[in-house]
Amino acid sequence: MHDMSAPAVHHHAPPTSFIRKHVFSLDHKVIGKQYYDMALVAAIIGMILSWIMRIHLAWTNAAIPGLQLLSKTGAPGGVLTPEYYLQLMTMHGTIMVFFVLTTAPFAAFGNFFLPIQVGAEDMPFPHFNMMSFWVTFTGFIVLLASFFVSDGPTLGGWTQYAPLNAVGAIAGPGQGMGVILWMASIALFCVGQLLGSLNFIPTTLDLRTKGMSLMRLPLTTWAWFITSCMGLTAFAVLMPACILAILDHVAGTSFFVPSNLVISDQLQQHSGGSTLLWQHLFWFFGHPEVYIAIIPGIGIVSHILITNMRRPLLSHRVIIYSMGALAVLSYMVYGHHMFVSGMNPYSALAFSFPTLIITIPATIIVLIQIFSLYGSKLRINSASLFALGFISMFVSGGVSGFFLAQPSIDIMLHATYFVVGHFHMVMAVAAMFGIFAGTYFWAPKMFGRMMNETLGKIHFWLSFVGAYCIFMPFHYLGIVGNVRRYSVFVDDYLQPLLPVHKFITVAALLTGAAQAIFLYNLIHTRFWGKPASDNPWEGTSLEWSTTTPPPFDNWGGKLPVVYHDPYQYGVESSVGDYVMQASPEQVKTENDEQ
Amino acid sequence: MAKLFAVTIIVIAIASAIPIIMHTWSAPEDISIHGPIIDDQMSETMAEAGIAFLAAQFVLAIFIWMFAKPNPGGKIKKFPGGATGLVIGAFLIVGIEVLALGVFGAKVWADVYLSPPGANAMPVQVQAGQFAFYFRYPGPDGKFAAIHPNLIDESTENFFGIDTTNDPDAKDDIVTAEFAIPVNKEIHLLMHSKDLGHSFYVRELRVHQDFVPGLDVSLHFTATKIGKYEIVCTQLCGLGHYNMKAYLEVMSQDDFDKWLKQQAAAQ
Amino acid sequence: MKRQDNSKLAAVSVCLLLCLVVAGLSLSLTNWEVSAAPEGKITGTVKLDGTAPHMKGIDMSKDPWCVKQHANDPAHLELVVVGKDNGLGNVVLYISEGLSGDALNAKPTAVPVFDQKNCLYTPHVLAMDVGQEFKVETSDQTAHNIHPEPNPLTGNIPWNQSQPPGAPPVTKSWKAVEMIHVKCNIHPWMSGYFAVVKGPYAITGEDGSYTIENVPPGSYTVTAWQETYGNQTAKVTVAGGQSAKADFTFKAK
Repeated sequence: MHDMSAPAVHHHAPPTSFIRKHVFSLDHKVIGKQYYDMALVAAIIGMILSWIMRIHLAWTNAAIPGLQLLSKTGAPGGVLTPEYYLQLMTMHGTIMVFFVLTTAPFAAFGNFFLPIQVGAEDMPFPHFNMMSFWVTFTGFIVLLASFFVSDGPTLGGWTQYAPLNAVGAIAGPGQGMGVILWMASIALFCVGQLLGSLNFIPTTLDLRTKGMSLMRLPLTTWAWFITSCMGLTAFAVLMPACILAILDHVAGTSFFVPSNLVISDQLQQHSGGSTLLWQHLFWFFGHPEVYIAIIPGIGIVSHILITNMRRPLLSHRVIIYSMGALAVLSYMVYGHHMFVSGMNPYSALAFSFPTLIITIPATIIVLIQIFSLYGSKLRINSASLFALGFISMFVSGGVSGFFLAQPSIDIMLHATYFVVGHFHMVMAVAAMFGIFAGTYFWAPKMFGRMMNETLGKIHFWLSFVGAYCIFMPFHYLGIVGNVRRYSVFVDDYLQPLLPVHKFITVAALLTGAAQAIFLYNLIHTRFWGKPASDNPWEGTSLEWSTTTPPPFDNWGGKLPVVYHDPYQYGVESSVGDYVMQASPEQVKTENDEQ
Repeated sequence: MAKLFAVTIIVIAIASAIPIIMHTWSAPEDISIHGPIIDDQMSETMAEAGIAFLAAQFVLAIFIWMFAKPNPGGKIKKFPGGATGLVIGAFLIVGIEVLALGVFGAKVWADVYLSPPGANAMPVQVQAGQFAFYFRYPGPDGKFAAIHPNLIDESTENFFGIDTTNDPDAKDDIVTAEFAIPVNKEIHLLMHSKDLGHSFYVRELRVHQDFVPGLDVSLHFTATKIGKYEIVCTQLCGLGHYNMKAYLEVMSQDDFDKWLKQQAAAQ
Repeated sequence: MKRQDNSKLAAVSVCLLLCLVVAGLSLSLTNWEVSAAPEGKITGTVKLDGTAPHMKGIDMSKDPWCVKQHANDPAHLELVVVGKDNGLGNVVLYISEGLSGDALNAKPTAVPVFDQKNCLYTPHVLAMDVGQEFKVETSDQTAHNIHPEPNPLTGNIPWNQSQPPGAPPVTKSWKAVEMIHVKCNIHPWMSGYFAVVKGPYAITGEDGSYTIENVPPGSYTVTAWQETYGNQTAKVTVAGGQSAKADFTFKAK
């Protein structure tokens, strides 16, 4: 067997200094953990922002103690002004979408586990990988810096529609320096993720160890691979768009500003730009971005479910093809964000059909996940609970997509809380559940210690019920026509809906508070948790073949050799009901697809 | 734990569906001619999505109930038909469902958006700006005076930037802050934004359209019920976005004529 | 005896010395006041020549709260405010030439207040000195935003801030002389001015009369500024403790 070992493709000596070990590390595992910690900090900030917003929506004149320290003009006496609400809302969306939902499931887990799961020692370009994190981190700092410039952060929402994003401070607080910092931050983020994608793709294609054919890659690896292919094309569109918007501010260009705009009685000097151009560029990135956030979740959840069901999914290939179909279709559907934007009404029809069609691969994935439960031996633990919660959330958020995919119904629901409920469930909560599931599942391998299961289950119950209490009512509000991005509900028809908003706020505060359990569990585990064995879940993929935590080169100098499909469960082997990918043991199986 | 989880999923699914079935919160009554087909499309989608939602959650819950075993023993079983059956099922059921929704939805959209306004439609221009709507009626000459952006001055109430001293078309243009229309008369609404992206949303009218700065778009609709309705902006436009609104007054033809005369006198 | 005389002399001389020191100190401290003659003032009236232009009514229907406040008192524009005897209100008067030293640079301590009341600005024009603090308040139960639009080239920095009902007053000041247009974007008809000048100033009441106080004796150019009609100037000489007169007449357009 020894001669079958693939030669080491990349060798760099383990660093000895603290800085090279923990700060500017080239090790994909350290970078993965750095991404994870950054996402954790970002998620805490984003959640606190959502609390402030929810309190303001339910009790408009409530003073939030200490908020005036953040901005004296934005929250005099702790009471949010309408503009500061929008500014915090923009930061909430931006931080969550970019620095949590993209970084945690993709960059954090992907960095740590993708090289291990393909049997590589590291990524092919470790310096790019290090840059990827630090450029992203710089982007995060630049975004946070906008809290502290004179007018505060931009109020334009995470979509930053033109021409609000390009005309400067005349259009409102934060639209000067705030927007420039936002654009700079996101451009940096895009560079960081492009560098990340540039590493993920060759790792998957070129650094697979001996015996690891493409179809033997675990679903997580496939998900990260597909995601990085999307990242390469999506972020490459958003980055120049951000740079063009900065030029509109500082260089007098007019990419996104048409002629003859009169803002606050002042005739603008811009001419010849197009506001719809921004929407097209943004959503050409923006819709794939939704799948960039969720496809790793699909991969992680499948991976965890399989391990805990003790059986492979009904079909490995169909899931891979469906994820691929989601990725390809996601570029053809982006126009459904723009049904009432003023683009040609015929293009609404052209975008409507792919949007409806994309439900087919999504349905196939969900059906295969659910029906694989049939006849399985499901183990209930924190990770599998969150994985099952993911499916429930993904279904609930997914069915509301039927509505928003149709331009005629979108007339009623566009820009209402229905949309907010839809994307929070299908993308935000589902992806968060994927992150939680991944954390409970992989913490042993990442940190060498087991998470506390009791706390994990309490965390799950509060999060699962809480998330439904928060986001289901959003749909009802949307059906009535409650417009999103309103800081105060002054319209007559919105007054009767206030009790619903109060209910949501209370649910959000409680559910948010429940996340403290997770935070405590995570921190406690990392320092004082029960040491984990190499393969605590009796998993089969390569991350469970190496030691816990993995050595610097992942394999202690000897690359593994792969003999099996990734998910050989439900078999009889010398270790139990599974056989690991790297185990040469031959077992009788009906599951090997190859 | 697994059984409790299964029950929780079912309870949540049913609790989520109840307000929908009971119409606890629903869209306001439609007052437009094109609205009913949108409403029909909405309830059809609601039925199909609701069934899909309940079915998926129930099956998920039932399988969790049945197959979570603390001490698993025995062999795993495959769902009869396997992946092939599911893929075919998904293609057939979901495919037919989305195709139906897509085709009928497209027809609804085409009825609303792709049909030209009638020859007798009454033109009204709406201009959006931070953070108010203003409306312009062409007056007896039926012509809207040209907009001169450099003349726009809200402090003198020249909201549209029309040249009242030199432009003969401008003399009889009627500018109002309120959107009054006669009932059962088709309105051809010309939408112009003077500054940023805004949107025009009247729930009762089943009308929702963004303003595109630099590109004038138009809509047409007929209101069938006299009353006062709220027009709100749904496209984030700045700090006063939540406060950007106007009122739609659907009046009888007589009341409308009187109102228009009154407004003309106030110019 | 001799000893007594000596002590008396000492006492007297100490007293004299003390007096001298006090006088010297007070002289040096209040140097200009002692040397300058008492301050005078400039008064006068600003009138409109011709018929007052028609002020259009304001349709506030976008905000029902505003409509309610004006149910019995229809609102109209305040571009030209004419009182009895054609007196022109809201005209800002200030000394544009001839001031120097402390009279030019002294900052008044009063804090003028700009109130948002019934969806209009009260006063419509708020005059103030460069660097003088002023307050923006709201008496309304509807939200406003205060959006002054100075020319950034003057050094004044534009700002834009909401003031929802019950929000605390906003205190600000301006860096440079400028007539700054201020508006509320939520209620686009709301339009007013911050008239930022250097030195003593006054603003006419509805009858067109005004008084600029605290003017040291000297020859000056007085400028009257009206938002629609622009500037007019007049030369006046102020004698110590006296009141000089400068009347202005704007021609109706």
